[in-house]
Amino acid sequence: MLNVYNILETIRMIQDECLDIRTITMGISLLDCIDTDIEKACDKVYNKIVSKAGSLVATGQQIETEYGIPIVNKRISVTPIAMLAAACPDGDPVKFARALQKAADTCGVNFIGGYSALVHKGFSAGDMALIRSIPEALDVTQNICSSVNIGSTKSGINMDAVKLMGEIVKETAVRTADRDCIGPAKLVVFCNAVEDNPFMAGAFHGVGEPDCEIHVGVSGPGVVRAALTKYPDASINEIADIIKKTAFKITRMGQLVGARASELLGVPFGIVDLSLAPTPAVGDSVAHILEEMGLEMCGTHGTTACLAMLNDAVKKGGVMASSTVGGLSGAFIPVSEDAGMIDAAVAGVLSLEKLEAMTAVCSVGLDMIVVPGEIAPETISAIIADEAAIGMVNSKTTAVRLIPAIGKKEGDTLEFGGLLGSGPVMPIREKSSAKFINRGGRIPAPMQSLKN
Amino acid sequence: MRAVVTVIGKDTVGILHKVSGICAEYNVNVIEVTQSVLQDMFAMIMLVDISAIKGDFSELVDRMTALGTELGLSIHTMHEDIFNSMHSV
Repeated sequence: MLNVYNILETIRMIQDECLDIRTITMGISLLDCIDTDIEKACDKVYNKIVSKAGSLVATGQQIETEYGIPIVNKRISVTPIAMLAAACPDGDPVKFARALQKAADTCGVNFIGGYSALVHKGFSAGDMALIRSIPEALDVTQNICSSVNIGSTKSGINMDAVKLMGEIVKETAVRTADRDCIGPAKLVVFCNAVEDNPFMAGAFHGVGEPDCEIHVGVSGPGVVRAALTKYPDASINEIADIIKKTAFKITRMGQLVGARASELLGVPFGIVDLSLAPTPAVGDSVAHILEEMGLEMCGTHGTTACLAMLNDAVKKGGVMASSTVGGLSGAFIPVSEDAGMIDAAVAGVLSLEKLEAMTAVCSVGLDMIVVPGEIAPETISAIIADEAAIGMVNSKTTAVRLIPAIGKKEGDTLEFGGLLGSGPVMPIREKSSAKFINRGGRIPAPMQSLKN
Repeated sequence: MRAVVTVIGKDTVGILHKVSGICAEYNVNVIEVTQSVLQDMFAMIMLVDISAIKGDFSELVDRMTALGTELGLSIHTMHEDIFNSMHSV
């Protein structure tokens, strides 16, 4: 039953509080494109993506018009390319990146994710070649995202891969130094990666997923903050309730748009990812929600507790609103993509250590953090290892997306523009972790893995 | 199939006439109208039937948005499902 209050509330959320659908992402399996001839495989990849996702952007635009809600991104995730690269050991995996870029251009999507490898227990055929090709692949393409899973609760942490990824992140930054080091902004190192994540840069289409499906990622930090503003004196459990109700409404949008997209494209509906994904736009910040709860600035004492409550309330509200919830689902805390986080980092209130603590209670990890260009690869690896350990022990996804700002040091700023925003170079510890990283091997799976 | 047209802004002569004129042009039947004028702010919500629409729904949306720009009003035309689904399970 329609009522005037509800109608005006919906319109206000969209118009004034930045409510939008952050992404509709089509997951496409490329397992049937495997070929020992890399040229043939690339042709198959291009043809399959274009045949499945050719009308994705137009369909997204149609839904935007129909419901009057913006759908910011239309994206594609594919089977980890390392699995295709495994069949052609003599081929250069960058050819796959170029084929994906060509498909992205034809389909008009803004990102294709899945230039990925899953090496949490060890490297199989194709994995090493793909990982080594990541710097070049991200240099010669614009819209391809890459991710590598280096650990899981079930298998422990592959420290050889951790060491390698420190080098790869640094090399990717060096290769794209002339473009504000944009390369590593499209590269995520995961522990416990999820197979149905619609959000970039970490999206890939897992092998357990169907041939083709549609995922939706919702957003709406601005709406949550606006709802809290109305109750300045509410207790914390009342605030949790308000967040739940708001998350419910936001997620209903995702469910509606996903179901409609699935119907129009004739593709099964995968999941709704209930995430609060910030943008650098005014009024679209997760940090500002935490500040609305009563912190003078995000990053000060109490931030972890506020974030834990927010993350939990978002899930509780959202899970009732959708028939299938999945992906990362929680609150994102990317530094450069969130106006409040940027301010807090510039002011020196938000530190790398606080961010690490926050990742133990939110849905992802150390995200879009700019570090000095002179950082040693082993230090990047050590940061990855710390973050992966949090994910492994807490049975949750954690990720690292660090951007070494080549030629810049603490106090400088790196500007990406657009949704990626800008970030101040954050200080890191100067003592070396090289000996630990160079040991190699594997951190054994924790007791939590023995659940059977 | 029904849609909701909302018009918010400064009151001027002929808003209802112009909005319903566009509806008629597209063979869209107006089912219900609620409107209020608080001081000089005008707020109208119109429930319309779009099942026999002539032409594309997106054209109707564009025409309404253009009318809004012309009159300095905020006009939204949205499928009713968005309101139904957002506020109920």
